[in-house]
Amino acid sequence: MAISGDVKGEEKVGDEAAISPAFGSCPLPIFEHKQIVLGHGSGGKLTADLIAKVFLPAFKNPILDKLDDQAVLTINGARLAFTTDSFVVSPIFFPGGDIGRLAVHGTVNDLAMSGARPLYLSAAFILEEGLAVDDLRRVVESMRAAAEEAGVQFVTGDTKVVNRGKGDQIFITTTGIGVIDGGVNISADRARPGDQIILSGYVGDHGMAIMSQRENLEFEGAIESDCASLHGLVADMLATSPAIEMDFLHCLRDPTRGGVATTLNEIATRAGVGMTLREQLIPVRDSVKGACEVLGLDPLYVANEGKLLAIVSSEMAEAVLKKMQQHQLGRHAVIIGEVVGNHPGMVLMKTEIGGTRVLDVMFGEQLPRIC
Amino acid sequence: MKYLDEYRDEKVARKIVDEIRRIQTKPWVIMEVCGGQTHSIVKNGLDHLLPEDVELVHGPGCPVCVTPLEMIDKAHAIARSQNVIFCSFGDMLRVPGSDGDLFTIKSQGGDVRIVYSPLDCLKIARANPTKHVVFFAIGFETTAPANAMLAWRAREEQVTNLSLLVSHVLVPPALEAILQSPENRVQGFLGPGHVCAVMGYSEYDPISVRFNVPIVVTGFEPLDILHGTLMTIQQLEEGRSTVENQYSRVLDRVGNLPAQTLINKVFEVSDRKWRGIGNIPMSGYRLRDEFARHDAEKLFNVAAIATLEPEICISGEILRGIKKPHDCPAFGTLCSPQHPLGATMVSAEGACAAYYAYGRHLTPPGAEGLHKIVPSASAHIAANGISINGERA
Repeated sequence: MAISGDVKGEEKVGDEAAISPAFGSCPLPIFEHKQIVLGHGSGGKLTADLIAKVFLPAFKNPILDKLDDQAVLTINGARLAFTTDSFVVSPIFFPGGDIGRLAVHGTVNDLAMSGARPLYLSAAFILEEGLAVDDLRRVVESMRAAAEEAGVQFVTGDTKVVNRGKGDQIFITTTGIGVIDGGVNISADRARPGDQIILSGYVGDHGMAIMSQRENLEFEGAIESDCASLHGLVADMLATSPAIEMDFLHCLRDPTRGGVATTLNEIATRAGVGMTLREQLIPVRDSVKGACEVLGLDPLYVANEGKLLAIVSSEMAEAVLKKMQQHQLGRHAVIIGEVVGNHPGMVLMKTEIGGTRVLDVMFGEQLPRIC
Repeated sequence: MKYLDEYRDEKVARKIVDEIRRIQTKPWVIMEVCGGQTHSIVKNGLDHLLPEDVELVHGPGCPVCVTPLEMIDKAHAIARSQNVIFCSFGDMLRVPGSDGDLFTIKSQGGDVRIVYSPLDCLKIARANPTKHVVFFAIGFETTAPANAMLAWRAREEQVTNLSLLVSHVLVPPALEAILQSPENRVQGFLGPGHVCAVMGYSEYDPISVRFNVPIVVTGFEPLDILHGTLMTIQQLEEGRSTVENQYSRVLDRVGNLPAQTLINKVFEVSDRKWRGIGNIPMSGYRLRDEFARHDAEKLFNVAAIATLEPEICISGEILRGIKKPHDCPAFGTLCSPQHPLGATMVSAEGACAAYYAYGRHLTPPGAEGLHKIVPSASAHIAANGISINGERA
């Protein structure tokens, strides 16, 4: 069947110019947004589309093309991890954290996911006219404490103020730099069939904590954000074996926006492998599960800010898992599935009830269902 | 998790499926009416636990899917108006009209807001006295009481800057339309649990009698659906056709009487257009004349908007159980949640979206579209099933 490349909208009754819609023109492909929509920032397919169509063509280079959460730079023999992230969360204070803590943990985690030791951060603030200085102080104090815990220092920064109504209280951009020790080679394209998939703990806490605050939804048992810096956990994982030639830790990712499902799909696509998961092994707190049920959301697509997914060689998986479980941030770690050579680019899950289904990338925003 | 895990137990599921296999002697076609049931079936892979010749077809019970394009265009025209705050349930935001979706309108400066309860609109209206707040009141009988309450309170509390764009539909007339169609294949129904929680199930008795068809009002958890399927097959095998209640932990024969009273005070039954099906007489609700001041269709100049449904999309046949998503050549290739060509692909409750999200690894006979997406995956699973840690599913 011929497919028209010129896609038209639905015709109206009485419109003389209206022609029978070409195949593929009903009612309207909405992917080609002329404006930015919120889904472009969701970390799902719309974000990936924006990167592929707008940013990559302009900035293309071999380092960026890897599309990891951080760039790995080799300068005079030293390997540096370099990353940046913006934080626009609303409300700025939420159960378990605030925008300041998040701005530190988010960037530290992006560095940690390359196996780097995070060292220095920058902070750029965009403040809205009218923001209470006390609120700013609270955020900054929180950043100081988080940086101290993480063992990193803020060494440069910038401040801008925009007119009231042109921002939302406070936006923070942090940039980070860290050092990768010799031999460590972690990247999303290194997943291999047979590798085991380890998840460091309960999923969905951060996203549901924010959503319950934002929408004034009250759930039994407060849900707290899991936001935390993960580089200590990563260092312990790398220390499972001192032998560099073991090369057991292939990929690390923190499943933030788009959640576990989207992150695993990205790895599967990048590495050209398939994955199989088992739903009943994936830990979800009852409070998060309940809130997701009420809203018709799937916890596997909800953001986390203190969890990681590790793709580990099968021989070392149990040892790495044990090491993780000894760390405060990995004590609920579990193996949730494995990497397979079949169905490349696709993540399949065996459901609790015994069926199987595809776990796809999130498209745009997760939307609460009608009933 | 209490009250959920009990209804997702794999061992009990196997027992029910074994019982279905034991009693079933002929092929049967059963329609689950609700979008929520479709979602649960595909999300949990339930249809593939059942014997091959027990076919579940997906009914018209996704409110987002059956809302006609014309009504979506009206909603969009209102949402684009000056000084309007347009409020909607979340999954209506992505439904494409003739010119973009509500997200697009929001990105162009429209004030579009997601609400979790229709009554949130009262607060929004009071907080914005210089704006007019419009709520997109869609859905089946399930959402009707809360939507009716919004209109009722707006009138009682004289919130004059609030109106409803109503596109309410009713399940029983849709079932009759399906059963009257010469192409009908449906032999039994899993009835709509939440709809009957409001309305009770006595109104299904005449349909069951007239068309000689079993209707088992069913819940939404995996075991509910398997149990409802078993009860339907028991009736079919025994040659019985009656209305039964699988979802007795939630509903009874009479339903929620105060809710029904409120619905009748606010709404009256009227003809409604269904996306993909067309006009069905007396198949929906409209606001009574006493609520004209809160009727967005009367307050905004949208009467002239009349949009033709596209001919190419087979969502109408899918909604009537005549075809399945992978009968469509566009499924998974030209039409996906990123490029929805019809409404059954837009909402997570739509049959096409549910198939795409959870079931596109499965290879239906002759489904070229699927092979085009994932040749290695579908071939592999067809040959081997899925294996996790060496264990075969």
